[in-house]
Amino acid sequence: MSAFARLRETASQHRTMSVLIGWVIVGLGLPILASVPPLSVLQPTTLWIDGFSKAGIYVLLALGLNIVVGLAGLLDLGYAAFFAIGSYAYAFGASPQIGLHIPFWPMLLVGAAAAAMFGILLGAPTLRLRGDYLAIVTLGFGEIVPAVFLNARSVTNGTNGIGGILPPSAPGLIFTPVNPSGFYITMVLILALVMVAIYRLQDSRVGRAWMAIREDELAAASSGVNTVTTKLLAFALGASTAGLAGVFGASKLGYVGPEQFGFTVSFTVLAMVVLGGMGNVWGVAIGAFVLFEIQTVFLKQLNTFVHNLGIGFLANVNFLDYQYLLYGLALVGMMLVRPEGLFPSGRRRRELHDEPDDLGADEQGDDPSTRSVETA
Amino acid sequence: MTATTAPTPSGDTILEAKAVTKAFGGLVAVREVDLAIPRGGIVSLIGPNGAGKTTTFNMVNGQLRADSGSIQLNGQELVGRKPREIWHMGVGRTFQIAETFASLTVVENVQMALLSQDGQLFSMWRRAAQHRRDEAMAVLELVGMSAQAERSCNVLAYGDVKRVELAIAMANKPKLLLMDEPTAGMAPKERNELMALTKRLVIESGMSVLFTEHSMDVVFAYADRIIVLARGRLIAEGAPLEIRDNAKVQEVYFGSGKTFEKLNAEVAGETA
Repeated sequence: MSAFARLRETASQHRTMSVLIGWVIVGLGLPILASVPPLSVLQPTTLWIDGFSKAGIYVLLALGLNIVVGLAGLLDLGYAAFFAIGSYAYAFGASPQIGLHIPFWPMLLVGAAAAAMFGILLGAPTLRLRGDYLAIVTLGFGEIVPAVFLNARSVTNGTNGIGGILPPSAPGLIFTPVNPSGFYITMVLILALVMVAIYRLQDSRVGRAWMAIREDELAAASSGVNTVTTKLLAFALGASTAGLAGVFGASKLGYVGPEQFGFTVSFTVLAMVVLGGMGNVWGVAIGAFVLFEIQTVFLKQLNTFVHNLGIGFLANVNFLDYQYLLYGLALVGMMLVRPEGLFPSGRRRRELHDEPDDLGADEQGDDPSTRSVETA
Repeated sequence: MTATTAPTPSGDTILEAKAVTKAFGGLVAVREVDLAIPRGGIVSLIGPNGAGKTTTFNMVNGQLRADSGSIQLNGQELVGRKPREIWHMGVGRTFQIAETFASLTVVENVQMALLSQDGQLFSMWRRAAQHRRDEAMAVLELVGMSAQAERSCNVLAYGDVKRVELAIAMANKPKLLLMDEPTAGMAPKERNELMALTKRLVIESGMSVLFTEHSMDVVFAYADRIIVLARGRLIAEGAPLEIRDNAKVQEVYFGSGKTFEKLNAEVAGETA
């Protein structure tokens, strides 16, 4: 264990380097893992790679929501709205819909900026609210945004959505449904950069202010912290991450429609953050990845497996239908047994359990990236 | 807000409140109260529950806005300013139930105040960990918490949490420190230690302290002056011995056998 503690110590001292190394390991490890049994037996490797790129969208969303919920302690139940704004931004910028064909890379920034702008627009009037009230307003916003995209038919085609969205292009990379390697590499790259930025934010001065507000807003305000602007910044940065996810998602699917951004998306991402361990960046990433793979691969395989057993009443059960029931049960169980999440941050653990100090591992819990490979 | 007289900063008064009034709907919590806090003084604000002590505090520190009247710090008007601005002007505050950042370490708690003082809290890139750490440690030395600097606040004994809260306030070098029931929930020994520490800090730093308190032994042992509020009005002000012998104060605290209506009528008659 002491070797492990030393590894943690080194990782927290050279954070940027360790995050990048972590992503090189994950980025190379997952395709290798998918090309050998048992995974290669379950489905073809390209299908796995395709799934991993989609899982990356949720990892990105969870990392962004973690800024808002985990670091600043603001409950946002309408996070999918910012995902939608990023997606539609790319759909308008790179499809026959308006006739614009702006390349993917600058659109990443445009999508992030558009989402951040709406984050500020929503946050400015509402961040004076606390706790439940903020949650209710964000819930409303999460419903309004898809409704707007649904009803603004002349621009968005309503329920039909926008199709024909261009995939990214980059020298030497292939972005096709048959060979999704380009998407995978792009996603790993985005995730690595976003995670470096988030770690940096967390250790930064504004990160301290977020923690202070999360811990005790009254004490923060009476230590001269500008609570409203600080919260607004968390909201904007969280939204911009969702904007990135939206642009990537739209380019990956080639289509956006209002039905992709319902409450279930917001809820799923929140469940990922809570299950992974609020405030712990790697924990949240792993939580998101695992939940996504359970949802898209494990439950399907479970269906096949159970149906093959040929037991009467089980033959008609579709476990995908019970997905949200399972999430709910998992969340309730989690709150009872391990409220700090699977991979909690050191601070959060200390907050929820009155443990004596855990010297040596006291900085933000830093789970080595290799674990994500094992859990796949 | 009514017009107030031109600021007249006298050399020995740090805070001056004139005719401050605050009503919540029909209830007038504080009615036309005048206060003067001498520079370097320790003033206690006492009175029964509902006297308006906390409301007065909240108006000085900006959490509530006075309906009328003026509150001046060194001749600068505080009414209408945000708590944050008032904090930057040099009014610190501690709370009845200590407010600290539980999962941050002791030294990180003090660094918060220093970062905030420097307007550094919107820096998204520069790290927080080393910012004026030595100074934070020096403040902790002052309150006797430097040995526990690396522990997180939620594992500390309550007396130590109060010291950390005091250190956070001291980091901003306040001119006036408001302490809301500083010794509530503490054992007698801890109480005296905290108040003796406060007194020492006042002498060393030259700040002034305004504190509310329910335990009279603390009030009479540490206050230079005592202000007594009852039902939103100031009923007495003076040195501890004068207050102890004041008949009106004794009435408020021990009862006079009269009904509140009669008491109110008398008070109203006298102030008119």
